[in-house]
Amino acid sequence: MMRLELVKRPQRSMLFSALSPFIAFVLTIIAGAILFALLGVNPLKAFQIYFLEPVSQVWQLHELAIKAAPLILIGVGLSVCYRANIWNIGAEGQFILGGIVGSSIPVLFPQFEGPLVLPLMLLFGMVGGAAYAAIPALLKARFNTNEILTSLMLVYVAQLFLDWLVRGPWRDPKGFNFPQTIQFNDSAILPELMPASGRANWGFVFALVAAVLVWILMSRMLKGFEVRVLGSSPRAGRFAGFGIKRMVFFAFMLSGALAGLAGISEVSGAIGQLQPVISPGYGFAAIIVAFLGRLNPLGIVAAGLVLALTYLGGEAVQSALGISDKVARVFQGMLLFFVLGCDTLIHYRIRLIGLAAPTLEAAPKLEEAR
Amino acid sequence: MDITVNILLTIATAATPLLIAAIGELVVERSGVLNLGVEGMMIMGAVGGFGAGYLTGSPWIGLLAAIALGAVFSLLFAVMTLSLATNQVATGLSLTLLGLGLSGMMGTSFVGQPGARLPNLDIPGLTAMPVIGRLLFGQDPIFYISIALTAAVMWFLFKTRTGLTLRSIGDSHTSAHALGIKVIRYRYLAVIFGGACAGLAGGHLSLVYTPQWVENMTAGRGWIALALVVFASWRPWRVLAGAYIFGAVWIGQLHAQAFGIPVPSQLLSSLPYLATIVVLVLISRNKRLTMMNTPASLGQPFVPDR
Repeated sequence: MMRLELVKRPQRSMLFSALSPFIAFVLTIIAGAILFALLGVNPLKAFQIYFLEPVSQVWQLHELAIKAAPLILIGVGLSVCYRANIWNIGAEGQFILGGIVGSSIPVLFPQFEGPLVLPLMLLFGMVGGAAYAAIPALLKARFNTNEILTSLMLVYVAQLFLDWLVRGPWRDPKGFNFPQTIQFNDSAILPELMPASGRANWGFVFALVAAVLVWILMSRMLKGFEVRVLGSSPRAGRFAGFGIKRMVFFAFMLSGALAGLAGISEVSGAIGQLQPVISPGYGFAAIIVAFLGRLNPLGIVAAGLVLALTYLGGEAVQSALGISDKVARVFQGMLLFFVLGCDTLIHYRIRLIGLAAPTLEAAPKLEEAR
Repeated sequence: MDITVNILLTIATAATPLLIAAIGELVVERSGVLNLGVEGMMIMGAVGGFGAGYLTGSPWIGLLAAIALGAVFSLLFAVMTLSLATNQVATGLSLTLLGLGLSGMMGTSFVGQPGARLPNLDIPGLTAMPVIGRLLFGQDPIFYISIALTAAVMWFLFKTRTGLTLRSIGDSHTSAHALGIKVIRYRYLAVIFGGACAGLAGGHLSLVYTPQWVENMTAGRGWIALALVVFASWRPWRVLAGAYIFGAVWIGQLHAQAFGIPVPSQLLSSLPYLATIVVLVLISRNKRLTMMNTPASLGQPFVPDR
């Protein structure tokens, strides 16, 4: 039996800081090859279908942008939270609430048209997401309640709320009882960027703008410095007069607003109406995006494109090889695992030490407890 | 009377997976490790339990497979957080995400198949007794395991030297290490124990609760189990009480839906999640209580120096 030993580096390794996402990607590919082989598929062929064919034509790049937009928007917001050591994992719920609140305009006022509709919807979406994110923030700031669990519980509540809306009060009366709202009118649809070549809409632009703005915030402004100080040393932050409670609200509501914007952009751009399910787990995949992008807004743009590709690849292998599109989730999970593992190399050197298995002699004691 | 007994039995069935998963996580957290992957390990146990039971026809083999799969899956987390000192929150999350994806993939061919169900206990003479017969002697085997497990963990943590050591590691890994205690080794075993428990809890879902495979069938129970540990302020008997309160909420909302109470079914379905939030708020309001009971080094990575 081998034992790993970590040896602390005198300072963080810039080399591995840059390389780690790439090493993680290569490891994911290797693990993926094993997975495909186990499923009885030639890995090379599978990879060609998974990673290359979904991006071989221009219209497919548009699809990539459609999938990447919400991932980047949410991931950028989450990176601020995670830098501040605040664990918002309920972005999926904030995404849904953004979609719902933004959609209230075209659903409740279908006659309301004109250039004002869309900006209002986007604003409502951001407010909806931010307000929903304010709940776990308030509970944490006021009662010191664990934000991981509350923000996650609110995801289930949001999903059920959306389900109720589209089956109940917001259902399209002329929709043959399908659980969906009316189709939005034209002024409530997020326009496509280049309709001539594909479906990509303004959501992708929002994502890029958000990434740049958050990058400026984090690297050039006092608030960003505050986030980083409170994240790495709350004690030092307190001495500097930074308020941890205000930071909880700031981080949650910023990420909530971006998730909400992603939600309403998805509903108004890619879907065009509300349905019982409006997200294939973007809020959770964005957690992976945030880490894969090193919690750096610009890295997150690249990571968002990679994760978007895993979604498209999942769909591609499902239709071409008959493998469940859940394979996308597996790839995403493995990617996060390997990124986290490789990040260890930034701070530590790893030494392998050969050893006789010592871990087993204590086992009977735990056995007794069963 | 019969209705009351039936309701109590269903509450026990709903509470059992929560109890087992939470008791496992309690041991993990008492050792100072926060494993947010309970939901992922649980769903792996559910798919493994169903699959093995379905393929072999024996629910008992399914049960063993569920435990084994949960334990093996938790080993991934252990290697990452304990040997590679990764961030426990992020690693736990990725374990959950990976588990949900992997189980969905493994389970594609099981959807809609009839599964094997673990038989309820049936002791001639005893089980047929009125009222208490079925409550005490007529439940599924995992129910009895869950009660025994709770008692065993209570005894282990508070009455044995090893349990004391485990708790001391959770409170200060540096001091424990300085005393020559193998911090990492203890934590490995605790995490694997927690994984086995989560797997068993998942197995209960697919072998007893609803003997079939449905994607995401854990439906957030792993997260509720995590909340239960906080709610119980890391005490086994309070986990037991909490699990049964939540079982009652879960069953209560199902019954309310069946009776056609004029409230949207979605609102009723969201009650367990809302109740979790309320309970967490109530318990965390009392800052001193939480501060006193939380294992002091919970969630902090530990790298032994030489």
